[in-house]
Amino acid sequence: MCLSIPSKVVKISEDKTVCTVDTMGVKRDASLLMMGEDGVKIGDFVLLHIGFVMEKIDEKEALSSIETYKEILEAMDEEERRQAILEDDNCANR
Amino acid sequence: MKKLQLNNLYDNFRDGETIKAYAKIIAKDAKKLNRDINIMEVCGGHTHTIMKFGLPQLVPSNINFIHGPGCPVCIMPKERIDHAFILAMQSDVILVTLGDMIKVPGSKGSLQNARSKGADVRFVYSPMECIKIAKENPTKKIVFFAIGFETTTPMTAVLLDQVMKQNISNILFHINHVTVPEVMKELINSRDIHIDSYNNRIDAFLGPSHVSVIAGSKIYKEFPEKYGRPVVVSGFEPVDVMQGISMIVKQFLENRCELEIQYRRVVNYNGNLNAQKVIDRYFEKVSLFRWRGLGNVADSGLKLKDEYSRYNAEVVYANILPKAEIEDHKLCICGDILRGMAKPTECTIFGTACKPTNPIGSCMVSSEGACSAYYKYGNLL
Repeated sequence: MCLSIPSKVVKISEDKTVCTVDTMGVKRDASLLMMGEDGVKIGDFVLLHIGFVMEKIDEKEALSSIETYKEILEAMDEEERRQAILEDDNCANR
Repeated sequence: MKKLQLNNLYDNFRDGETIKAYAKIIAKDAKKLNRDINIMEVCGGHTHTIMKFGLPQLVPSNINFIHGPGCPVCIMPKERIDHAFILAMQSDVILVTLGDMIKVPGSKGSLQNARSKGADVRFVYSPMECIKIAKENPTKKIVFFAIGFETTTPMTAVLLDQVMKQNISNILFHINHVTVPEVMKELINSRDIHIDSYNNRIDAFLGPSHVSVIAGSKIYKEFPEKYGRPVVVSGFEPVDVMQGISMIVKQFLENRCELEIQYRRVVNYNGNLNAQKVIDRYFEKVSLFRWRGLGNVADSGLKLKDEYSRYNAEVVYANILPKAEIEDHKLCICGDILRGMAKPTECTIFGTACKPTNPIGSCMVSSEGACSAYYKYGNLL
């Protein structure tokens, strides 16, 4: 019921009430009646829910989250490397 | 990364390595806390992510998930389902609804049973399909059995808006929309003995994703401020949930009690104002709405404003819709599960008499129900 699918807007009807979105290769129509005039443009990423565009996805915020995850993984790698060196240093059998 | 691609919105938020990285961060932080933290994920969508990706196994034993009542099908009391059944059985009615509503048993049976008795019951992807059905069936009354939280309420309001603008006279609404903050308050505040003992168990809330897209994070403001419960509004993907949990743990570690948004890519403080405007135009609060398992919850339901009562199926069909409350099956513990008092596995009929193919309780019917999630992802299928 509350799940929503990220999609990309590929077409907007002339009266701006309906758009066509691409959801991972599947094309379908969605109502724009909840978004206000000029709320959505072609190329926008949107969340789709029961046939409506419910909100635009903020590209900057999405990229910033992805960047954070990348940094966390890099920091983890670095920490694991340090840990491995530390364990190696402390190894009694050296 | 220079430009966002659509697959980033799926892949990066389901990435196994990132999930594991957050598991390590949570484990490290939780170790420094000398206590358990019980986190209620209010929304059924979160419950499914948690079970599907095995997140309880990825967090340390002092972090507990409590599954909340955020499944609109699960919280529907039997008398409301009976309304749908009775309306569907009228020879001039086409009953239209969303989701798993069609399978939930009321005291007279499910809508599926009504259909097998000759009723015209239709399941639609979008409420807007009612318009097409109404135009194709001018001699019938289309009753839209509207369910859902803040996430689906504006779509019902937009449908009514279009019905009025297009002068369509054969669409009626049976409204069962409910709101999230009121039930969260009920869980914290109620003097009910069960909920009281449960009260001590909720330490923080993982705020719903798409309710918050519509209503904004502002609806949870009072939980950290007035009730001392941190809220982190989180997305539905597993990385979102793990990051949300990590943010909650960090709040406890740093002695903070705040409202935060993890799901920043779509949720902001104010929400979708167009959607809120159309809801306010057509709906108003009902003083009490009876929730399955929780009983009457003040100000938690919506109804059409009186000036739109000609579209209200409960008014138009008042003479055939009973008002009496109907209790649940004695062996079913959906009520306790919806209150977070019990896990599905504590139910004696879970997976035996009650299965997705023959559900006794609504938590087994809905794809967002906790029992359905435990059954599906607990290797029982």
